Amino acid sequence: MIYWQLFLTFFKIGLFGFGGGNAMISLIQFEVVQRHAWLTNPEFTNMVAVSQVTPGPVGINCATYTGYLASGNVFGAFLATFSLVLPSFIIMLLIAKMLTKLKNNPYFEGAMNGLRPAIVGLIAAAALLLSDKGTFGEHYSDVISWIIFAVAFASVKFFKVNPIIVILVTAVAGIFIY
Amino acid sequence: MSEKKISLWELYGTFAKIGSFTIGGGYAMIPLIEREIVDKKKWLDEKEFLDLLVIAQSAPGVMAINFSTLLGNRFRGKKGSLACALGSATPSFFIILLFAIFLTQYENSPLVVKIFKAVRPAVVALIAVPVFNLAKSAKLNWGTFWIPIVAALLIWKCGVSPIYIIIVAGIGGIVARMISDKRKKNRNKT
Repeated sequence: MIYWQLFLTFFKIGLFGFGGGNAMISLIQFEVVQRHAWLTNPEFTNMVAVSQVTPGPVGINCATYTGYLASGNVFGAFLATFSLVLPSFIIMLLIAKMLTKLKNNPYFEGAMNGLRPAIVGLIAAAALLLSDKGTFGEHYSDVISWIIFAVAFASVKFFKVNPIIVILVTAVAGIFIY
Repeated sequence: MSEKKISLWELYGTFAKIGSFTIGGGYAMIPLIEREIVDKKKWLDEKEFLDLLVIAQSAPGVMAINFSTLLGNRFRGKKGSLACALGSATPSFFIILLFAIFLTQYENSPLVVKIFKAVRPAVVALIAVPVFNLAKSAKLNWGTFWIPIVAALLIWKCGVSPIYIIIVAGIGGIVARMISDKRKKNRNKT
Protein backbone atom coordinates (compact mmCIF):
# COMPACT_ATOMS: atom_id res chain seq x y z
CA MET A 1 0.00 0.00 0.00
CA ILE A 2 1.27 3.42 -0.99
CA TYR A 3 0.83 5.00 2.45
CA TRP A 4 2.73 2.28 4.25
CA GLN A 5 5.52 2.51 1.68
CA LEU A 6 5.67 6.29 1.99
CA PHE A 7 5.91 5.95 5.75
CA LEU A 8 8.67 3.34 5.65
CA THR A 9 10.66 5.13 2.95
CA PHE A 10 10.69 8.55 4.56
CA PHE A 11 11.22 7.17 8.05
CA LYS A 12 14.30 5.36 6.72
CA ILE A 13 15.54 8.54 5.01
CA GLY A 14 15.08 10.49 8.24
CA LEU A 15 16.90 7.84 10.24
CA PHE A 16 19.93 7.55 7.98
CA GLY A 17 20.04 11.07 6.56
CA PHE A 18 23.44 12.18 7.78
CA GLY A 19 25.32 15.08 6.28
CA GLY A 20 22.80 17.82 5.51
CA GLY A 21 20.32 18.62 2.75
CA ASN A 22 22.39 17.67 -0.28
CA ALA A 23 23.28 14.26 1.14
CA MET A 24 19.62 13.77 1.88
CA ILE A 25 18.78 14.59 -1.74
CA SER A 26 20.93 11.59 -2.66
CA LEU A 27 18.95 9.31 -0.35
CA ILE A 28 15.61 10.65 -1.51
CA GLN A 29 16.60 10.37 -5.17
CA PHE A 30 17.60 6.75 -4.75
CA GLU A 31 14.44 5.73 -2.91
CA VAL A 32 11.93 7.83 -4.82
CA VAL A 33 13.28 7.53 -8.39
CA GLN A 34 15.45 4.41 -8.60
CA ARG A 35 13.63 2.13 -6.19
CA HIS A 36 9.95 3.12 -6.13
CA ALA A 37 9.66 5.10 -9.38
CA TRP A 38 7.21 7.51 -7.75
CA LEU A 39 8.85 10.32 -9.72
CA THR A 40 10.77 10.29 -12.99
CA ASN A 41 14.27 11.73 -12.97
CA PRO A 42 13.23 15.05 -14.61
CA GLU A 43 10.30 15.35 -12.17
CA PHE A 44 12.72 14.82 -9.32
CA THR A 45 15.09 17.46 -10.65
CA ASN A 46 12.17 19.89 -11.01
CA MET A 47 11.24 19.20 -7.41
CA VAL A 48 14.77 19.98 -6.21
CA ALA A 49 14.63 23.27 -8.14
CA VAL A 50 11.34 24.21 -6.50
CA SER A 51 12.71 23.21 -3.08
CA GLN A 52 15.63 25.58 -3.53
CA VAL A 53 13.45 28.61 -4.20
CA THR A 54 10.74 27.98 -1.60
CA PRO A 55 11.14 28.50 2.16
CA GLY A 56 12.12 25.83 4.61
CA PRO A 57 14.43 22.83 4.82
CA VAL A 58 15.00 21.04 1.51
CA GLY A 59 14.28 17.62 3.06
CA ILE A 60 10.83 18.74 4.22
CA ASN A 61 10.08 20.24 0.81
CA CYS A 62 11.05 17.05 -1.01
CA ALA A 63 9.04 14.83 1.35
CA THR A 64 5.88 16.91 0.98
CA TYR A 65 6.22 17.14 -2.80
CA THR A 66 6.96 13.44 -3.27
CA GLY A 67 4.18 12.43 -0.92
CA TYR A 68 1.70 14.47 -2.93
CA LEU A 69 2.85 13.16 -6.32
CA ALA A 70 3.12 9.53 -5.19
CA SER A 71 -0.32 9.39 -3.56
CA GLY A 72 -2.12 12.15 -5.45
CA ASN A 73 -3.52 13.69 -2.28
CA VAL A 74 -2.72 15.95 0.65
CA PHE A 75 -2.72 13.10 3.17
CA GLY A 76 0.17 11.44 1.33
CA ALA A 77 2.07 14.73 1.44
CA PHE A 78 1.44 15.04 5.17
CA LEU A 79 2.35 11.41 5.87
CA ALA A 80 5.68 11.59 4.01
CA THR A 81 6.64 14.79 5.83
CA PHE A 82 5.59 13.40 9.21
CA SER A 83 7.56 10.18 8.60
CA LEU A 84 10.70 12.11 7.71
CA VAL A 85 10.48 14.22 10.87
CA LEU A 86 9.56 11.39 13.26
CA PRO A 87 13.04 9.83 13.66
CA SER A 88 14.58 13.29 14.21
CA PHE A 89 12.06 13.95 16.90
CA ILE A 90 12.59 10.62 18.66
CA ILE A 91 16.38 10.80 18.44
CA MET A 92 16.57 14.37 19.66
CA LEU A 93 14.32 13.77 22.66
CA LEU A 94 15.82 10.42 23.65
CA ILE A 95 19.50 10.83 23.07
CA ALA A 96 20.16 14.56 22.97
CA LYS A 97 21.85 14.27 26.36
CA MET A 98 23.83 11.24 25.26
CA LEU A 99 24.99 13.06 22.14
CA THR A 100 26.62 15.75 24.26
CA LYS A 101 28.79 13.03 25.79
CA LEU A 102 29.16 11.20 22.48
CA LYS A 103 30.68 14.29 20.92
CA ASN A 104 33.94 13.58 22.73
CA ASN A 105 33.75 9.81 22.34
CA PRO A 106 36.59 8.60 20.08
CA TYR A 107 34.41 6.01 18.33
CA PHE A 108 31.64 8.49 17.57
CA GLU A 109 34.32 10.76 16.17
CA GLY A 110 35.65 7.78 14.18
CA ALA A 111 32.22 7.10 12.69
CA MET A 112 31.94 10.77 11.71
CA ASN A 113 35.38 10.64 10.10
CA GLY A 114 34.20 7.69 8.02
CA LEU A 115 30.94 9.41 7.09
CA ARG A 116 32.45 12.69 5.92
CA PRO A 117 34.25 11.37 2.80
CA ALA A 118 31.37 8.98 2.02
CA ILE A 119 28.91 11.88 1.98
CA VAL A 120 31.01 13.57 -0.71
CA GLY A 121 30.48 10.41 -2.79
CA LEU A 122 26.76 10.38 -2.03
CA ILE A 123 26.30 13.90 -3.35
CA ALA A 124 28.46 13.17 -6.41
CA ALA A 125 26.25 10.16 -7.14
CA ALA A 126 23.13 12.32 -6.90
CA ALA A 127 24.57 14.79 -9.43
CA LEU A 128 25.53 11.93 -11.78
CA LEU A 129 22.16 10.21 -11.50
CA LEU A 130 20.35 13.48 -12.28
CA SER A 131 22.45 13.97 -15.43
CA ASP A 132 20.37 11.70 -17.63
CA LYS A 133 18.70 12.27 -20.99
CA GLY A 134 15.89 14.22 -19.35
CA THR A 135 18.46 16.83 -18.38
CA PHE A 136 21.16 16.79 -21.05
CA GLY A 137 19.33 15.22 -23.99
CA GLU A 138 19.80 11.85 -25.66
CA HIS A 139 23.50 10.79 -25.45
CA TYR A 140 24.32 14.00 -23.60
CA SER A 141 23.94 15.87 -26.89
CA ASP A 142 22.00 18.92 -25.75
CA VAL A 143 24.50 21.78 -26.11
CA ILE A 144 22.32 24.49 -24.56
CA SER A 145 21.86 22.38 -21.43
CA TRP A 146 25.62 21.99 -21.10
CA ILE A 147 26.13 25.73 -21.44
CA ILE A 148 23.53 26.38 -18.73
CA PHE A 149 25.24 23.78 -16.54
CA ALA A 150 28.68 25.33 -17.04
CA VAL A 151 27.51 28.90 -16.40
CA ALA A 152 25.53 27.87 -13.32
CA PHE A 153 28.45 25.83 -11.97
CA ALA A 154 30.98 28.62 -12.48
CA SER A 155 28.74 31.32 -11.03
CA VAL A 156 28.11 29.36 -7.81
CA LYS A 157 31.58 27.85 -7.43
CA PHE A 158 33.76 30.80 -8.41
CA PHE A 159 31.59 33.88 -8.10
CA LYS A 160 29.57 32.71 -5.07
CA VAL A 161 26.25 33.64 -6.67
CA ASN A 162 23.28 32.72 -4.50
CA PRO A 163 21.67 29.46 -5.77
CA ILE A 164 18.22 31.07 -5.57
CA ILE A 165 19.34 33.69 -8.10
CA VAL A 166 20.76 30.96 -10.36
CA ILE A 167 17.44 29.11 -10.47
CA LEU A 168 15.37 32.25 -11.03
CA VAL A 169 17.67 33.53 -13.80
CA THR A 170 17.75 30.17 -15.62
CA ALA A 171 13.96 29.93 -15.31
CA VAL A 172 13.53 33.28 -17.05
CA ALA A 173 16.24 32.40 -19.58
CA GLY A 174 14.35 29.19 -20.42
CA ILE A 175 11.30 31.17 -21.51
CA PHE A 176 13.42 33.05 -24.07
CA ILE A 177 15.76 30.24 -25.19
CA TYR A 178 13.26 27.44 -25.83
CA MET B 1 18.56 32.27 31.76
CA SER B 2 14.82 32.45 31.15
CA GLU B 3 13.01 31.47 34.33
CA LYS B 4 9.66 32.80 33.20
CA LYS B 5 7.78 30.36 31.02
CA ILE B 6 7.81 30.97 27.29
CA SER B 7 4.37 30.21 25.85
CA LEU B 8 4.00 27.39 23.34
CA TRP B 9 2.29 29.77 20.93
CA GLU B 10 5.22 32.11 21.10
CA LEU B 11 7.59 29.23 20.31
CA TYR B 12 5.41 28.06 17.44
CA GLY B 13 5.05 31.58 16.08
CA THR B 14 8.75 32.38 16.31
CA PHE B 15 9.79 29.24 14.44
CA ALA B 16 6.99 29.55 11.90
CA LYS B 17 8.19 33.07 11.14
CA ILE B 18 11.75 31.86 10.70
CA GLY B 19 10.54 28.94 8.58
CA SER B 20 8.57 31.19 6.24
CA PHE B 21 11.37 33.61 5.50
CA THR B 22 14.37 31.35 4.96
CA ILE B 23 14.70 30.30 1.37
CA GLY B 24 17.59 27.99 0.59
CA GLY B 25 17.38 25.16 3.05
CA GLY B 26 18.04 24.53 6.72
CA TYR B 27 21.41 26.20 6.92
CA ALA B 28 19.87 29.50 5.87
CA MET B 29 17.72 29.25 9.02
CA ILE B 30 20.60 29.23 11.51
CA PRO B 31 21.49 32.96 11.45
CA LEU B 32 17.79 33.85 11.72
CA ILE B 33 17.24 31.51 14.65
CA GLU B 34 20.28 32.99 16.31
CA ARG B 35 19.09 36.55 15.81
CA GLU B 36 15.63 35.79 17.14
CA ILE B 37 16.34 33.65 20.18
CA VAL B 38 19.85 34.72 21.21
CA ASP B 39 20.10 38.39 20.23
CA LYS B 40 16.51 39.62 20.33
CA LYS B 41 14.64 37.45 22.83
CA LYS B 42 17.65 36.36 24.86
CA TRP B 43 16.15 32.96 25.61
CA LEU B 44 19.57 31.35 25.30
CA ASP B 45 23.20 32.41 25.39
CA GLU B 46 25.58 32.05 22.47
CA LYS B 47 27.52 29.14 23.95
CA GLU B 48 24.52 26.93 24.60
CA PHE B 49 23.15 27.84 21.17
CA LEU B 50 26.32 26.54 19.53
CA ASP B 51 26.43 23.40 21.69
CA LEU B 52 22.89 22.46 20.65
CA LEU B 53 23.68 23.29 17.02
CA VAL B 54 26.60 20.84 16.99
CA ILE B 55 24.33 18.09 18.31
CA ALA B 56 21.67 18.88 15.68
CA GLN B 57 24.30 18.71 12.94
CA SER B 58 25.88 15.44 14.00
CA ALA B 59 22.57 13.59 14.30
CA PRO B 60 20.74 12.16 11.27
CA GLY B 61 17.64 13.79 9.80
CA VAL B 62 16.63 17.27 8.72
CA MET B 63 19.05 19.50 10.61
CA ALA B 64 16.59 22.39 11.06
CA ILE B 65 14.04 20.02 12.61
CA ASN B 66 16.68 18.49 14.88
CA PHE B 67 17.69 21.95 16.01
CA SER B 68 14.12 23.18 16.54
CA THR B 69 13.31 20.04 18.54
CA LEU B 70 16.34 20.53 20.78
CA LEU B 71 15.63 24.21 21.34
CA GLY B 72 11.96 23.57 22.06
CA ASN B 73 12.89 20.86 24.52
CA ARG B 74 15.31 23.21 26.23
CA PHE B 75 12.62 25.90 26.63
CA ARG B 76 9.46 23.93 27.40
CA GLY B 77 10.23 20.20 27.38
CA LYS B 78 8.46 17.79 25.03
CA LYS B 79 5.56 20.14 24.33
CA GLY B 80 8.01 22.87 23.45
CA SER B 81 9.90 20.66 21.04
CA LEU B 82 6.65 19.79 19.30
CA ALA B 83 5.73 23.48 19.02
CA CYS B 84 9.12 24.45 17.57
CA ALA B 85 9.41 21.53 15.15
CA LEU B 86 5.86 22.11 13.91
CA GLY B 87 6.58 25.81 13.61
CA SER B 88 9.57 25.36 11.35
CA ALA B 89 7.87 22.69 9.23
CA THR B 90 4.38 24.14 8.62
CA PRO B 91 5.15 27.13 6.36
CA SER B 92 7.36 25.06 4.10
CA PHE B 93 4.78 22.25 4.03
CA PHE B 94 1.96 24.45 2.78
CA ILE B 95 4.01 26.44 0.30
CA ILE B 96 5.58 23.41 -1.35
CA LEU B 97 2.20 21.66 -1.35
CA LEU B 98 0.75 24.53 -3.39
CA PHE B 99 3.62 24.18 -5.84
CA ALA B 100 3.10 20.41 -6.11
CA ILE B 101 -0.62 20.85 -6.77
CA PHE B 102 -0.02 23.64 -9.29
CA LEU B 103 2.76 21.85 -11.15
CA THR B 104 0.88 18.56 -11.50
CA GLN B 105 -1.94 20.58 -13.11
CA TYR B 106 0.28 22.52 -15.46
CA GLU B 107 3.27 20.25 -16.00
CA ASN B 108 2.60 20.05 -19.73
CA SER B 109 1.94 23.71 -20.33
CA PRO B 110 4.59 25.08 -22.73
CA LEU B 111 5.73 27.78 -20.31
CA VAL B 112 6.35 25.35 -17.44
CA VAL B 113 8.13 22.91 -19.78
CA LYS B 114 10.40 25.68 -21.06
CA ILE B 115 11.24 26.94 -17.60
CA PHE B 116 12.16 23.54 -16.19
CA LYS B 117 14.11 22.47 -19.28
CA ALA B 118 16.47 25.36 -18.57
CA VAL B 119 16.43 24.97 -14.80
CA ARG B 120 17.32 21.25 -14.65
CA PRO B 121 20.97 21.56 -15.77
CA ALA B 122 21.37 24.41 -13.27
CA VAL B 123 20.08 22.12 -10.50
CA VAL B 124 22.70 19.51 -11.43
CA ALA B 125 25.32 22.27 -11.17
CA LEU B 126 23.99 23.31 -7.75
CA ILE B 127 24.44 19.75 -6.50
CA ALA B 128 27.84 19.35 -8.18
CA VAL B 129 29.36 22.42 -6.50
CA PRO B 130 29.09 21.13 -2.90
CA VAL B 131 30.85 17.93 -4.00
CA PHE B 132 34.00 19.96 -4.61
CA ASN B 133 33.56 22.22 -1.60
CA LEU B 134 32.90 19.29 0.74
CA ALA B 135 35.80 17.29 -0.68
CA LYS B 136 38.00 20.15 0.39
CA SER B 137 36.55 20.48 3.90
CA ALA B 138 36.60 16.68 4.44
CA LYS B 139 40.40 17.01 4.08
CA LEU B 140 40.73 13.99 1.81
CA ASN B 141 44.20 12.46 1.80
CA TRP B 142 45.85 9.39 0.23
CA GLY B 143 44.15 7.17 2.79
CA THR B 144 40.64 8.51 2.18
CA PHE B 145 40.38 9.98 -1.32
CA TRP B 146 39.11 6.66 -2.75
CA ILE B 147 36.10 6.59 -0.39
CA PRO B 148 33.96 9.19 -2.22
CA ILE B 149 34.90 7.74 -5.61
CA VAL B 150 33.97 4.18 -4.66
CA ALA B 151 30.81 5.37 -2.90
CA ALA B 152 29.68 7.39 -5.93
CA LEU B 153 30.40 4.54 -8.37
CA LEU B 154 28.58 1.97 -6.21
CA ILE B 155 25.47 4.14 -6.09
CA TRP B 156 25.62 5.41 -9.66
CA LYS B 157 26.72 2.29 -11.55
CA CYS B 158 25.87 -0.65 -9.28
CA GLY B 159 22.60 0.64 -7.82
CA VAL B 160 23.72 0.27 -4.20
CA SER B 161 21.49 2.20 -1.80
CA PRO B 162 23.17 5.26 -0.22
CA ILE B 163 21.83 3.99 3.11
CA TYR B 164 24.20 0.99 2.95
CA ILE B 165 27.07 3.32 2.09
CA ILE B 166 26.28 5.39 5.18
CA ILE B 167 26.12 2.31 7.42
CA VAL B 168 29.38 0.85 6.05
CA ALA B 169 31.20 4.21 6.20
CA GLY B 170 30.16 4.74 9.82
CA ILE B 171 31.24 1.25 10.89
CA GLY B 172 34.43 1.58 8.82
CA GLY B 173 35.26 4.82 10.62
CA ILE B 174 34.81 3.16 14.02
CA VAL B 175 36.97 0.17 13.01
CA ALA B 176 39.67 2.48 11.65
CA ARG B 177 39.70 4.35 14.94
CA MET B 178 39.93 1.09 16.96
CA ILE B 179 42.90 -0.06 14.88
CA SER B 180 44.75 3.24 15.21
CA ASP B 181 44.07 3.32 18.97
CA LYS B 182 45.44 -0.20 19.35
CA ARG B 183 48.56 0.73 17.41
CA LYS B 184 49.09 3.74 19.65
CA LYS B 185 48.75 1.57 22.77
CA ASN B 186 51.21 -1.00 21.43
CA ARG B 187 53.67 1.72 20.62
CA ASN B 188 53.36 3.16 24.12
CA LYS B 189 54.03 -0.28 25.66
CA THR B 190 57.27 -0.83 23.80
